[in-house]
Amino acid sequence: MSGRTLYDKIWDAHHVTDRSDGMSLLYVDRHLLHEVTSPQAFEGLRLAGRRPWRVDANLATPDHNVPTVMSERQAGVAGIADEVARIQVETLDANCRDFGIREFGINDVRQGIVHVIGPEQGATLPGMTIVCGDSHTSTHGAFAALAQGIGTSEVEHVLATQCLAQRRSRNLRVAVAGALPVGVHAKDVILAVIGAIGTAGATGHVIEFCGAAIEGLSMEGRMTVCNMSVEAGGRAGLVAVDDTTLEYLDGRPFAPRGAAWDDAVAWWRTLRSDVDAAFDRTVEIDAAGLEPQVTWGTSPELVGGIGDVVPSPSDMDDPVRAEVAARALEYMDLAPGTPLAGIPLDKVFIGSCTNARIEDLRAAAEVARRGRVRVAEALVVPGSGLVKRQAEDEGLHEIFLEAGFEWRAPGCSMCLAMNADRLLPGERCASTSNRNFEGRQGHGGRTHLVSPATAAASAIAGHLADPREAMG
Amino acid sequence: MRAFTTHRGVVAPLDRANVDTDQIIPKQFLKSIRKTGFGDNLFDAWRYLDEGVIGKTPNERLINREFVLNAPEYQGATVLLARDNFGCGSSREHAVWALLEYGFRCVIAPSFADIFATNSVNNGLLLVTLPDAAVDELFGAAARGALTVEVDLAAGRIVTAKDGAFGFETDSETRRRLLRGLDDIGLTLDCVEAIRDFERAHRARQPWIFTAPETT
Repeated sequence: MSGRTLYDKIWDAHHVTDRSDGMSLLYVDRHLLHEVTSPQAFEGLRLAGRRPWRVDANLATPDHNVPTVMSERQAGVAGIADEVARIQVETLDANCRDFGIREFGINDVRQGIVHVIGPEQGATLPGMTIVCGDSHTSTHGAFAALAQGIGTSEVEHVLATQCLAQRRSRNLRVAVAGALPVGVHAKDVILAVIGAIGTAGATGHVIEFCGAAIEGLSMEGRMTVCNMSVEAGGRAGLVAVDDTTLEYLDGRPFAPRGAAWDDAVAWWRTLRSDVDAAFDRTVEIDAAGLEPQVTWGTSPELVGGIGDVVPSPSDMDDPVRAEVAARALEYMDLAPGTPLAGIPLDKVFIGSCTNARIEDLRAAAEVARRGRVRVAEALVVPGSGLVKRQAEDEGLHEIFLEAGFEWRAPGCSMCLAMNADRLLPGERCASTSNRNFEGRQGHGGRTHLVSPATAAASAIAGHLADPREAMG
Repeated sequence: MRAFTTHRGVVAPLDRANVDTDQIIPKQFLKSIRKTGFGDNLFDAWRYLDEGVIGKTPNERLINREFVLNAPEYQGATVLLARDNFGCGSSREHAVWALLEYGFRCVIAPSFADIFATNSVNNGLLLVTLPDAAVDELFGAAARGALTVEVDLAAGRIVTAKDGAFGFETDSETRRRLLRGLDDIGLTLDCVEAIRDFERAHRARQPWIFTAPETT
C-alpha cells in the first residue's frame, strides 16, 4: 500500500462519518467570518431556531466593505458613508454579539483582511480544517491546514453542525524546483503555475506545493502561493510543515504554549506527504527560469513574463482559447505584439489577501524608495491593523508617502472594489490582487496582476515595468 | 431545498468560457443582507450598457441589445448553456441565487468550478456536465433557432425536440439530494451523535484547537 498525502492525512484526521446520502462529514476546527457572506447564514440559523455548534471555533472581522480612507474610518462603523455597506457591517457586529462570536471590529488593531488576521493571530494552525465564506480561504493552506472557501449555505451548515459535507478531492502535486531569481517573488511563482495549468487546471483537486523554491519561501510567500490556488481551480492549496512554519507560529495569541506547544509540534511534524504517497497528477515548474509575471487578459491564466509581448489570438490552435483571448484583448484594449513592459497605467494597487502582509510591503517599499509615483493614484492598503503598525514601526509608510503613494487603513479595498476604492471605466491598473476579471476593480476597469515589487516599479515608471530594472 | 426532477425549457446559449461569479453577479450587489433581489442584476455588466447601482430597476437601465439574454427568442429561457469552467472565481452564493431568481433551473457546460458546483446543489440548481462535442452540438442547435430541451435528472438524459438525446452523469449523492430536495443541515444533524463522539475524541487528541486566548 502506498503512503498518504498531506491532504489524505488531514482528511482522515477530521472524517466524522458518512451521511445517509453518501456525503462525508469533515469536522471543522476553525470558521472565519466576514460581513458579506454571513448575514444570510445567520438569518437561516435564526429562522430554524438553531445556535452555533461551537462558538469558540468562530472568528469574525469586517473587511470587504470597510472604508480605507483614514478620515472616514476614524468614526468607526457609524462613519461608513455608504449606507448599504454600513448596514452590512452593523449586521455582522449584531450577529456576533447575539451569538457570542469573537469579532475584531472595524477599528480594533487586530482587524484586517480575514485571511491576513487568521495566521497573524495563530488562529490558523497546522493540521486544522479551516473554512470561510470566501474563496481565498485557500491562503491558510500555507500552514498545512486544509482550508477551503465555502458558500453561504455551507457557512450556515458549519455554524449549525461544525461539519462540512464533502466528497474527497483528488491530489495534485505542484513541484517548484530550484531557487527564485532576484526580483522574482511568490506571486510570480503562482501566476506562472496558473499560466501553465490554467484556471481550471486543479478543479476537483487539492494542490500540494513543494520543491526547493517553496521550501525557500517565508510564510508570507507561501500564503501568497496558496491564496491563488483557487485561481487554478483548486479548492485548497497546501504546504508541508517545516521550521519556517513553526517559527512563524511560536508565540502568536491563539497558538498553544508550553507543554501544549510541544504536543502540537509533535503532531504537526507529521504533516507532510509520505515519500511513497500517490498523487493523481504532478506538475513540475523550474523556478530558475522564471521572470516577473504580468497578466494581459481578463483571467489569471492569461499571463506572461514582463519581457513578453501581448500574444496574438490568431496564433492559438484551440478556437475556444483564441476566442477567449480575443475577447480579453478587446476588453483590455491591447493589441497583439505590444510589449507588456511599457503599457501605460492610471492606477496602482498594493494590497489584498494575496499581497498585503509585511513582507509584501517591504518588497514594494524597497522599490518605491527609488522614485516618485507617476500614475494618477497609487494605493498601499495594509492587510491588517497589525501589519499597518509594524510597517509604520519600520518606517515603510514614510517611504510610500514620500514617493507619492497613499497609505490607507486595512481592508479588501480595490481588490474587489466593494468600497469607494475602485477603477473608473477605461482605467488601467497594476494590482497585487488575485483577479483580473472584467469589472472586478470597478465597472470597465482593466487589471494587470503583478507582484508587489512589480507594482511598485510600475507606479514609479508610470507604466508596467520590470522591478529588476528599477532596482538597477 | 427545492427538488429537481425533470424540467422542460428554452436554452439560452452564452458562448463564453470561464464565466466567473463576478460576471454572474457584480460586487456592488453583494452588500445586501438578503437572499433575494439579485435576478435583475444577473450578468449586470453584460445585460446593461450603464453601470449597475443598487436600487435601480431594469426599466431605468440602458439595455444591451447585443447580449444573448436580451434577444427576443431567449426571453423566458430556463436552461443556460455555456463553455468550460463556468462559475469560477469568488465563492459568492449570490451568483446561484441570481441565476435561480432570473429563472434558470439548469446550467449545461463542459465543466464547472468546485465551489460554484456545491453552492448550486445547495440551492437546487442542476449543473449538467457534457463533453465538448455535445456542448458544441447544443450551441449549433440553439443557433439554428430557439431550442427547447427536456432535462431528466433521474434518467440522466437531455432530450431535444429534434436533435436527439444526450446522456449525462451526476454523482449519486448529488442526484439523490436534488431529486428529493433534501435539506443539507437536516441530513447532517441525523448524525449528531457521531459528531459529538468525534468532537470528544478530537478534543482529547488535539486540545489546543479548542482553546482561545482570554482577551476579548
